[in-house]
Amino acid sequence: MKEAEIRRLLAANLLRVFAVILTVVFPPFFWDGFTVLGTHLAWLCICSGCVSTLNIILYLVFKPNLTPKRSSFAQKISRFLKCCIYFFMSCILFHAIIVLYGAPLIESVTETFLFAVLLSTFTTLQCLCMLGPNIQAWIRVFSKNGAVSIWESSLQITTLGSILGAWFGAFPIPLDWDRPWQVWPISCSLGATFGYVAGLIIAPLWIHWNRKQLTYKSR
Amino acid sequence: MQRWPVLLFLAWVCFLFFAGIGLFMSGFLLTRIELASSSSCSDPLVPPPWERQSLPPGSCWAPQRFSKAVLVIIDALRFEFAHFNPAKASPLPFENKLSFLYHLATSQPHHARLYRFRADPPTATMQRIKGLTTGSLPTFIDVGSNFATYAIQEDNLLAQLVQNGRRVVFMGDDTWEGLFPKKFFRSYFFPSFNVKDLHTVDDGILQHLYPTVDSGEWDVLIAHFLGVDHCGHKHGPDHPEMAKKLTQMNEMLRALVDHLGNDTLLLVAGDHGMTETGDHGGDSEKEVNAALFVYSKTPLFGTGPPEEPEAVPQVNLVPTVALLLGVPIPYSNIGEVMAELFSGDGDAVSAALKQLSVYHINAKQVDRFLHSYSLVAQDLPAEQLQRLQELFTDAVKEHTQLLAQVQEVTLVPPELQSRLRSLISRFQLYLREARAVCTQSWARFHPLRMVGGCTLIAASCLLCYVASELAVASDSFYRSCLLYPLLWGLVVALLVGLAHAFMPEGLDLLLVLSWAAAASQLGFFWHWWGRHPKRARLAGSQPPLPSIGLRQRLRAHWDGRLTVPEGPKQQQLLGFSSYRREIWYLLCLVAVLLVCVRLSGFFHQCREEIPQCRPSLFLSPLASLRNTRAKNLFYLLCVALLAGLVYAVRSWLRHYGNLNSSDPLVLFVRWGFPLVVLCIACYWAVASSADDSLGKLQELVQVAVVAFPWAVYGLASVGLLLLLCNPMTVFAKDTRESAGSIVTPYLGVPSSEVDFLHVIPQIYKRMQESQKSRLERGSCKATVAAYGLGSVYSAALVIALTLLGFLLMLLHSERLSLAFLLLFLEAFVLLHIHTHARGLAGDAEPFSVPWYAVISWLLAASQFFYSTGHQPIFPAIHWNAAFVGFHLDHSTNLLPAVLVGANTFASHILFAVGCPLLLLWPFVCETSSSQKRKPKKETREEQQEAEEHMMEMRLRESPEKFSTALLQLGLKYLFVLGTQLLACVCAAMILRRHLMVWKVFAPKFLFESLGFVVSSICLLLGISLVMRVDCAVSTWFSQLQFR
Repeated sequence: MKEAEIRRLLAANLLRVFAVILTVVFPPFFWDGFTVLGTHLAWLCICSGCVSTLNIILYLVFKPNLTPKRSSFAQKISRFLKCCIYFFMSCILFHAIIVLYGAPLIESVTETFLFAVLLSTFTTLQCLCMLGPNIQAWIRVFSKNGAVSIWESSLQITTLGSILGAWFGAFPIPLDWDRPWQVWPISCSLGATFGYVAGLIIAPLWIHWNRKQLTYKSR
Repeated sequence: MQRWPVLLFLAWVCFLFFAGIGLFMSGFLLTRIELASSSSCSDPLVPPPWERQSLPPGSCWAPQRFSKAVLVIIDALRFEFAHFNPAKASPLPFENKLSFLYHLATSQPHHARLYRFRADPPTATMQRIKGLTTGSLPTFIDVGSNFATYAIQEDNLLAQLVQNGRRVVFMGDDTWEGLFPKKFFRSYFFPSFNVKDLHTVDDGILQHLYPTVDSGEWDVLIAHFLGVDHCGHKHGPDHPEMAKKLTQMNEMLRALVDHLGNDTLLLVAGDHGMTETGDHGGDSEKEVNAALFVYSKTPLFGTGPPEEPEAVPQVNLVPTVALLLGVPIPYSNIGEVMAELFSGDGDAVSAALKQLSVYHINAKQVDRFLHSYSLVAQDLPAEQLQRLQELFTDAVKEHTQLLAQVQEVTLVPPELQSRLRSLISRFQLYLREARAVCTQSWARFHPLRMVGGCTLIAASCLLCYVASELAVASDSFYRSCLLYPLLWGLVVALLVGLAHAFMPEGLDLLLVLSWAAAASQLGFFWHWWGRHPKRARLAGSQPPLPSIGLRQRLRAHWDGRLTVPEGPKQQQLLGFSSYRREIWYLLCLVAVLLVCVRLSGFFHQCREEIPQCRPSLFLSPLASLRNTRAKNLFYLLCVALLAGLVYAVRSWLRHYGNLNSSDPLVLFVRWGFPLVVLCIACYWAVASSADDSLGKLQELVQVAVVAFPWAVYGLASVGLLLLLCNPMTVFAKDTRESAGSIVTPYLGVPSSEVDFLHVIPQIYKRMQESQKSRLERGSCKATVAAYGLGSVYSAALVIALTLLGFLLMLLHSERLSLAFLLLFLEAFVLLHIHTHARGLAGDAEPFSVPWYAVISWLLAASQFFYSTGHQPIFPAIHWNAAFVGFHLDHSTNLLPAVLVGANTFASHILFAVGCPLLLLWPFVCETSSSQKRKPKKETREEQQEAEEHMMEMRLRESPEKFSTALLQLGLKYLFVLGTQLLACVCAAMILRRHLMVWKVFAPKFLFESLGFVVSSICLLLGISLVMRVDCAVSTWFSQLQFR
């Protein structure tokens, strides 16, 4: 059972990685002059769009948080709206945090906001898909020993990976190397993406290696 | 409580660090004293009178050979660039490009010659320009009269030329503008900073060069081309661009020579070379090997060129050019004249006589310089100076003899020639040795000392860490970890001192101190090693030492349960809801912290390496604002925030009951603080008002500008003195009976109704009191309510910090007070985060400050160094601070140094003094975590204490732990500071040959080490303030007992 579940997780995560790679490789066939560095904003949009679409599809396919009781259509709609509001709020919140961490306040607002959207896609959207708009559950998952399934462990790892990646991505910005990728927010968004991808790959492996220690209490 | 051992321990650790810093600095920072004297035409160095009579008009010291000179400096012209080898079949891009020089040298061997031009390290352009004009070896710190500008204060070639009425025209690199302000007759400066730009400077020069040369309105023309250097930085020497650039230079020289007249000397020089990657700054062969080319249309040399081009030290250019142009040699020159340029076209004897006379002048000048330098500085070794002196005297004596013989014509040419030659070689020997001595002491690092200093600092860091883990307040600890190491250090210091005293070179205090520091460190580690394994071994079996510790801990636990039932236990009982509330509170605090950090970024100063950076608007004083409305608004904002700070401090003190008593200190806080703010506000108002708008009030303003700062200084020092004299801000309400003193001033017999009316209530009151006292004695209820005892330590620190904050704000420009407010806010938030994080974690050990708190505190200190508008570079120092309260005159150098230092290290000072708050704050905040009770009562009875909040009195309960905690905190702080310092020291040591070492790493190291010194001293002051309060509390308690 567990092995099969890990395999399913691995498949899902590899799909996500594939989607991220696709956003880099695929668009140049349609769009002359598309590069990740040159047309960074476009790439940000495409990447967030692809990853979120894939996440939603995966959610619809796997349905990780099966609620035992059937919910009505109205409830579903309200849940969906709530999710949208949460996502938007998380974008705003990420934007504020990024600005507090030193991003320019007035200049390049679009860049900062799109970067916030990307970060939200990597973190909040997954949480929303996995846990629903339920803050209590989020706090539980992200507190110590809070994960109750391999999906939630994977969620922890990828979220942490993307945020750490974004943070480390800011390191080369002040250096005087005069590289094109040192421009705000390219290094940060690349860092976040690398962190996300690394988290996606590491999560199943880590769970596989630690499967003896990981004994999840049932909910 | 053991006060002195703690302070002594910390002071000893500080001393270890200082010794390390001093040792490293002596090996790393090449220093030299700049002499203010300058040569002049009438100096008594001139040759004997019979030669002087032949001196043509307009010449000084030696006859002028050329009336005009063109100095073309091609930045980074390596010797290989200028050398032409026709045999080479396939030259590299930088080879064989200056063919014109080769053409001149071969077609006119008596007119032109190419030399290897040896630059002295550091081979950075600015230092090289200094060397090329002063004839000296510029070091990192040329201790001169003025730090504020880069301008050369020393006597130099340009100053001599200007002084003697020559017109100097300059074009090219704008570094010269900073070095020689207002020296040029005419100048065309072009920006030099952008290394990527190969053409702006060169094209600019070429545009002006030929018209200027043709106009003839100049005596000396200097053109500094930067293209070759920039090309090296951008592409490296081995690149087609370099070939293009050198070809351009070749064409330029060809055209220039066509424009020159017969009376003009042309010098083409590279200021330094470059490495294979195109960098420079160090002392590798390729960097110091530049080219010098000399040419004139009249014959210069008596003999043909040597096979291999001669190597000439760069400083030699200065005396040569000075004497050729007939101006005095700059005072501090240590170069040697290039004698073959003076030989002229006469026969061998007259040529040799001419050379001898310039050597003589040169030697006399160098001797004079060495003499006056040795009077002001001791860094040149005495015995070598002595030897040089002997060399010089002998040579001069022989010179006089020889001249006398020449006049009497007693010598025949062959003998004369050989004697002349030997004398010349003696002068040469003298000059070369003198230069070698100077180079030895000014231009060489001492790697051994650097490594030693670095090791000392690293070992001190380790010691701090070990000691902070180990510290216990026991006599054995202090004996083995403080007393014995100190003794070791003293013994070694004595031994080394004695050994040095018997050595010929005399006592080097720094070395003795470093040996003492190293020895005491060894002592510490030795004793620690001796204690350590024993402890570990004993811990396994039946341990006597840990058992004591255990018993102590048990007792402490028991005490804690007895006296404080709602201590850590209560925190464990915190429910989930309060846990969540705490988390939200903590998150809010973190958000506020982030906002503070972000806002503090608005006050940053710029480094010159970042051209697109704009310095913060808040750095300039208000007086420079044009817009009156904005000025007024900012002024009001600053004053309002200042008043807000005072209000916040007062309300904090009131909240904890420290504002109730009528002690002088409390009165000062109540009335003195607003007064200080008023004075500061007035000073700002006066200082920021436009100068001309006041008209007749001008004199009044002059007085006010000085008077208000002095009022603030005075008030602040009064406050600090009061704080030292009586730091208790406790109001004691004694409800024990005050034994029957006469309550009323009863004067004689009651004579009237009124008097009776007065007396009767008094009697009633008296009766009531005696009743009450009897009652109380029965139930044993006599208590003393002490308001503010629970926060007495922090109150003293907060008052001290506020006063210091006022002083430091006064030293900064007006709008930086906003940054100071942010500083106080951030420190407050940090303390709260620390307290709450600790409460959440349920820390079992309340007496030790966790590492993260210390590190964040220090990071904040560094952050606000930058956010109060400072940068670790010399031009960014706020020199204005020296004149707050002084009207442009200082009798000593000490006071302005203190003022500027306080300005620069403001945040270091504040955070270091406030460091003990990290320990105290959790105790102060004890009440606010549970329900609030306004008057905190402390009673002498144990029983009652159990019910009350102990707050900081918990520290007094266990004085050993308190002193250990202070020691630990100090050691942790010093450890983190020391680690920062160590990183800077390592960077400076490893990168000492880096291109940017004198611009980035050395200043950073200097600022960091000064900051360390300031921080550690302020840390000691802060801790001793806490100890002073502790003393006062003890006496207060004993007085209470006697009452």
